[in-house]
Amino acid sequence: MAGIVKGYVLRVGNNIDTDQIYPGRYLELTDPQEIGKHAMEGVDPFFLRRLKHPGILVGGKNFGCGSSREHAVITLIHAGFKAVIADSFARIFYRNAINLGLPAIICPGIAQQVEDGTYMEIDLYDGLIRIPGSDTEITVAKMPPYVMAILEKGGLVSYLRSASRIEK
Amino acid sequence: MHALEKILAKASGQREVRPGDIVTVAVDVAGINDLYLQVLQSFREIGTPRVWDPSKVVFFLDHYAPAPTIKSAANQKEMREFAESQGIGGVFDVNTGVCHQVLMEAGLSRPGSVVVITDSHTTTHGALGAFGTGVGATDLAAILATGKTWMLVPEVLAFRIEGTLPHGVTAKDVILHIIGKLGADVATYKAVEYLGETVQAMPLSERMVLCNMAVEMGAKTAYIQPDTAVLEYVRSRAGEFEVFETDAGYRYAAEYIFDVGNLEPQVAIPHSIDNVVPVKAGGRKRIHQGLIGTCTGGRLEDIAVAASILAGKKVAPGTRLLIIPASTEVLMQAIDKGYIQTLLAAGATLSTPGCGPCLGTHLGVLAPGEACVTASSRNFPGRMGSTEAEVYVASPATVAASALAGYLCDPREWLSSTTFGEVKENGWDS
Ligand code: SF4
Repeated sequence: MAGIVKGYVLRVGNNIDTDQIYPGRYLELTDPQEIGKHAMEGVDPFFLRRLKHPGILVGGKNFGCGSSREHAVITLIHAGFKAVIADSFARIFYRNAINLGLPAIICPGIAQQVEDGTYMEIDLYDGLIRIPGSDTEITVAKMPPYVMAILEKGGLVSYLRSASRIEK
Repeated sequence: MHALEKILAKASGQREVRPGDIVTVAVDVAGINDLYLQVLQSFREIGTPRVWDPSKVVFFLDHYAPAPTIKSAANQKEMREFAESQGIGGVFDVNTGVCHQVLMEAGLSRPGSVVVITDSHTTTHGALGAFGTGVGATDLAAILATGKTWMLVPEVLAFRIEGTLPHGVTAKDVILHIIGKLGADVATYKAVEYLGETVQAMPLSERMVLCNMAVEMGAKTAYIQPDTAVLEYVRSRAGEFEVFETDAGYRYAAEYIFDVGNLEPQVAIPHSIDNVVPVKAGGRKRIHQGLIGTCTGGRLEDIAVAASILAGKKVAPGTRLLIIPASTEVLMQAIDKGYIQTLLAAGATLSTPGCGPCLGTHLGVLAPGEACVTASSRNFPGRMGSTEAEVYVASPATVAASALAGYLCDPREWLSSTTFGEVKENGWDS
C-alpha cells in the first residue's frame, strides 16, 4: 500500500449497513471478482455506474453496521475502492477493512465537504486529506501504528506471513 | 476491574487490563459459520498447515440449512472436509440449528471464556458470562493459525433496567426501547452490561435477547452477571469454568437508567433498528408475513408465547406465519409440549431450525411491496429479501398477535384470556 491514496469520491448516507453494501443473497459467492460486481447494490442497484473510476467511498456515521460479513469489504475493494472515509465506522467492518488492507479513515463531517466526483488525496502517514485545485486540507486522526503496520503489508494475511509471526 | 476485563486479563496472561489497552488474548472457542468459506481461503494463504487446537474450533452450518443452492452446498461440503482433515469434531451440521443457540446447548458457551465467532451476534454469550464477540473471516483465519487475536479492551456502558415488566411486555420490547432511545451506534467499540432488578428477574432466554441485540447498538460485547439459575444451566451442560465478578466501585464509562414498569410493546419500523415506536402507534399496518425464529426470537419460550396466542385460532387470511425454531433441541421440546401441533393447526409454516429467511437467502424471503413482522434482530433495507419489502422488528408475542390479526397488532389485545407465555394444559388443542 502506498501512503497516499487518490481517487474520485462516491458518497452515501448514515448507517449504511452490510446488507446494503453487500446483500445477503450473494453471500454464497466466493470469487472476489464476482463479489465485486454487487457492491452497494442494497443502496442502489446501479451504484457502480455512477462513476467510471470510483476510488474513495465517503459515508456518514456508523458505516458498515450489521453483520460481520467480510464480503462487505471484499466487494468494495474489487469494485475499485482504495479507501473508505466516514464519520464513524461499526467495529467489525473497521477491523475487516484493515485486515484486508483497505484503509478506513474516521473523519467526522467529511460527507458535507465533498460531493460525488470530487477528486481527493489522502495522506495516511500525515493524516491529511487534500482536494487538489482547492485550498481544502482536512486533518484526520492518524492510524495507530499497529493498524498502519497491517495496512503497509496489504492486510493481516501478508502481515502474519511476512513477519513469520507464525511458527510453521 | 470489570468482570469482562478480568476475562481479558486472564486470557492475555496479565494481572490487569484497562480500557484502551490492546491485548492479545487466547481464544477458548473459535466458531465459523457457513457464510465464511473465506476463513479457509485466508487460513491457507497464511500458510500454517494445521489449526492450533482442533478441539477449540467449531463449524456451524446454519445460515444455509439445508443448502438451497449448489454453491452453498459446495461451500458446506468444503467445510466438512476441512474439519475432517484437521480432526475438528465440532461440526454442527444442518440438522442442529443457529450457532448461538447450539453453542449454548452444547455447553461450549461458558462463563469466563472468550468466544469468537464469524457472526456479529456473538455478543449473545454474555448472557452466560462469557466474553463473546464477532469477527470477520480473516481475523478468524488468524485465530485458526495462532489461537490468539488482538483486542482493544473496551469501555463498559451500564444499562440499569428497573421495574416489573407489564403483562405482554418482554426483553425484546425492553431492548428495542433502549435502542430507540439511544440510537444504533451508542455502544460502538464499547461493551454493555445490563443490570438492575428487571434483568435479575429474567430467565436465561430473555437475557440472551438483551445480549444478542447489543450489537444493534454497535457493541463489541455484552454482559450480564450470571445468577444461580444460569450457572446451574451451564453446569448441567459444560465442563469447568470460572465465574468472574466486577469489583465493587467499578466506574462505568457511562450509566443509563431505564424504568420499564409502564413499557408498552415496541416495534422497530423500516428501515432502521433505532426507528422504534409503540406497537399501538403502528397504525394497523397490513402484514403479509410473520417470522418467529432466529438466534434472537426462536427459543422455546418464544414458540410457547406464539402457541398461547394462536391456540384454537387461525392465522389471518393473506398472512403467512413462519415458525423456525432456533435449534433442533428447541423443536423437539416444542413438539413434546404440543406447541408445534397448535401452531400448525393455526395455519403456521414450519421450517428447518437455522437462520431461515433472517438474512434474505431462503425459506421465506419477501417480495417487493410485502411487509413482514419478525422476532429477529434487523430491518435494514433488503435484509429479508427485496429492498422494496418492509421489515418490522418486534417481540414474538407481537409477531404472533399480528399474524392472527393480519396487521401490526399489540399482543395485549389477545392475551387477556390467556396466561402469557404459558399454554394451559390441553388448552391449545381446542
Ligand atoms: S438467525 Fe439471523 S441474526 Fe442470528 S445468526 Fe442467523 S442470520 Fe444472523
